[in-house]
Amino acid sequence: MSLRLFTHQLRSEQLLFWRSKEAALFIFLFPLLLFVLLGSVYTGKIYGVPAPQALLSGLIGYGCANTAFAGLAITLVLRREQAILKRLRATPLPASTYVAAMLVSTLLVFALQTAALFCLGRVLYGTPFPTAIGSLILAVIVGSAAFAALGVATASLIRSGEGSSAVVNFILLPMAFLTGSFGPTRHYPSFLRAIGDVLPLKYFVDLVNAIFLKGHAIWTKPLALAILAAWGLGGLLVAVFKFRWEPREG
Amino acid sequence: MSAIVVRGLRKSYGELEAVRGLDFEIEEGEVFGLLGPNGAGKTTTVEILEGYRKRDAGDVSVLGHDPERPGREFRERIGVVLQQSQLWQNITVREMHTMFAGYYEHPRAVDEVIELVGLESKREARVKTLSGGQKRRLDLGLALVGDPDLVFLDEPTTGFDPAARRAAWEMIRSLRTLGKTVLLTTHYLDEAEQLADRVAVMREGVIVRIGTPRELTTTDLEVEVRFRRGGEDVVITTTEPTRVLYELTSEAVARGEELERIEVRRPTLEDVYLTLTGDDTE
Ligand SMILES: Nc1ncnc2c1ncn2[C@@H]1O[C@H](COP(=O)(O)OP(=O)(O)O)[C@@H](O)[C@H]1O
Ligand SMILES: [Mg+2]
Repeated sequence: MSLRLFTHQLRSEQLLFWRSKEAALFIFLFPLLLFVLLGSVYTGKIYGVPAPQALLSGLIGYGCANTAFAGLAITLVLRREQAILKRLRATPLPASTYVAAMLVSTLLVFALQTAALFCLGRVLYGTPFPTAIGSLILAVIVGSAAFAALGVATASLIRSGEGSSAVVNFILLPMAFLTGSFGPTRHYPSFLRAIGDVLPLKYFVDLVNAIFLKGHAIWTKPLALAILAAWGLGGLLVAVFKFRWEPREG
Repeated sequence: MSAIVVRGLRKSYGELEAVRGLDFEIEEGEVFGLLGPNGAGKTTTVEILEGYRKRDAGDVSVLGHDPERPGREFRERIGVVLQQSQLWQNITVREMHTMFAGYYEHPRAVDEVIELVGLESKREARVKTLSGGQKRRLDLGLALVGDPDLVFLDEPTTGFDPAARRAAWEMIRSLRTLGKTVLLTTHYLDEAEQLADRVAVMREGVIVRIGTPRELTTTDLEVEVRFRRGGEDVVITTTEPTRVLYELTSEAVARGEELERIEVRRPTLEDVYLTLTGDDTE
């Protein structure tokens, strides 16, 4: 893989992302907006810390699924159905470089968003900056990778461009609710919590909570890491076997 | 040297035999037209040569490569305009060209390509503000920015108004001046006639005629001899116009008559095309 091509494509992906107002707004700004809203509604303590800090932790989870899963899935379906992927395949840009640049670009957006959440929390609600930085960075990378794999898998299963963003959000929003990304789930009925317990976002939020709220290292949550990784691997398998580069023939 | 050699090419989709044994060669620097109605198998053929689809049978060589194993060198040397593709809407014409130029080892200068395809006034315009014809020119620019030796154009002007079509023709003609080999598909007869050095007429997955536009009209097809006699139009269709004219005129001279409005008409390429493609009413 040539580094020149990779950086060229990474720059291109960043240009495409920030130039598209809808993507930049919905993917990057929306979780920040939700944080400002929810932070002003909840008061008192959640999980033994001030409410805004707990909410921030949950919204990192939502941001991850929103960026890496939903954003990537929708982008890929559109690019496939508009024959953009097909057109790119006729150029010397290797598929591996293309995929790598897309993933790193997604990670970059999510990392920026996470940093913005911390700054916003600090300014608006006096939330602390994370102490276990290394663990947090690792968690962000593992989470992005797992949700990106699930995003590519979902894109592979969606057949047409129309309604793809509805389908993706139909998965994303309930998942975020059920896994505590928008606030704690302990008052939910037990069957809802049972559903939440099998979803990957639950385990990513668990990781971030342990790291950011408790200051624990990522290794203190091996089970959550394993379940998240398992979801990611499952997504990867589907992606490898089902991904198409070309639109469906009419 | 041949840029493309195709021998016994076949491709089916399930039961449907889309391409049923094609043979042709395209020389370097030649502009070659695949002409045929919708469903004739043009896109299937072109996309096999571009490396998108796998053939069922036959030998194919494109710039010395088997397109089923397209390496980087192959990608460097081809330029592609797909029958249908939409590109990113929010970046400018120049940014798009720069993006594609970055994929190639030896790209052409971006501004030069933009001028070549006549988009210099739209250099800083976002893609979504371009008209259909301008978007097609952008496609062409992106196909040329890597400075390919061989350019594939799948129905480059379908849906254009006459003025846009003429502009596109000028551009495609300029590819010849650049020394590019061009494989062009079209279902417009005049387009093939105007642009191609040689034309293969396709119908239902086979080539029914191949040759220069001139050769296609000067083969065994019939010629019409028309005149008026006794106030009525007479039309004689024949494959031997010389003999027919001789008989008619010597008879008329012997009787001291004049053959009014006598005229010999060669079939146009359009007549040939309609005959070959089975009077497709398009
Ligand atoms: N991917 C495909 N799957 C199934 N049938 C196809 C596919 N592509 C083309 N066909 C069929 O093959 C025939 C030839 O199509 P195509 O090569 O697109 O012709 P043309 O480009 O000359 O219009 C048509 O009947 C078309 O419906
Ligand atoms: Mg076609």
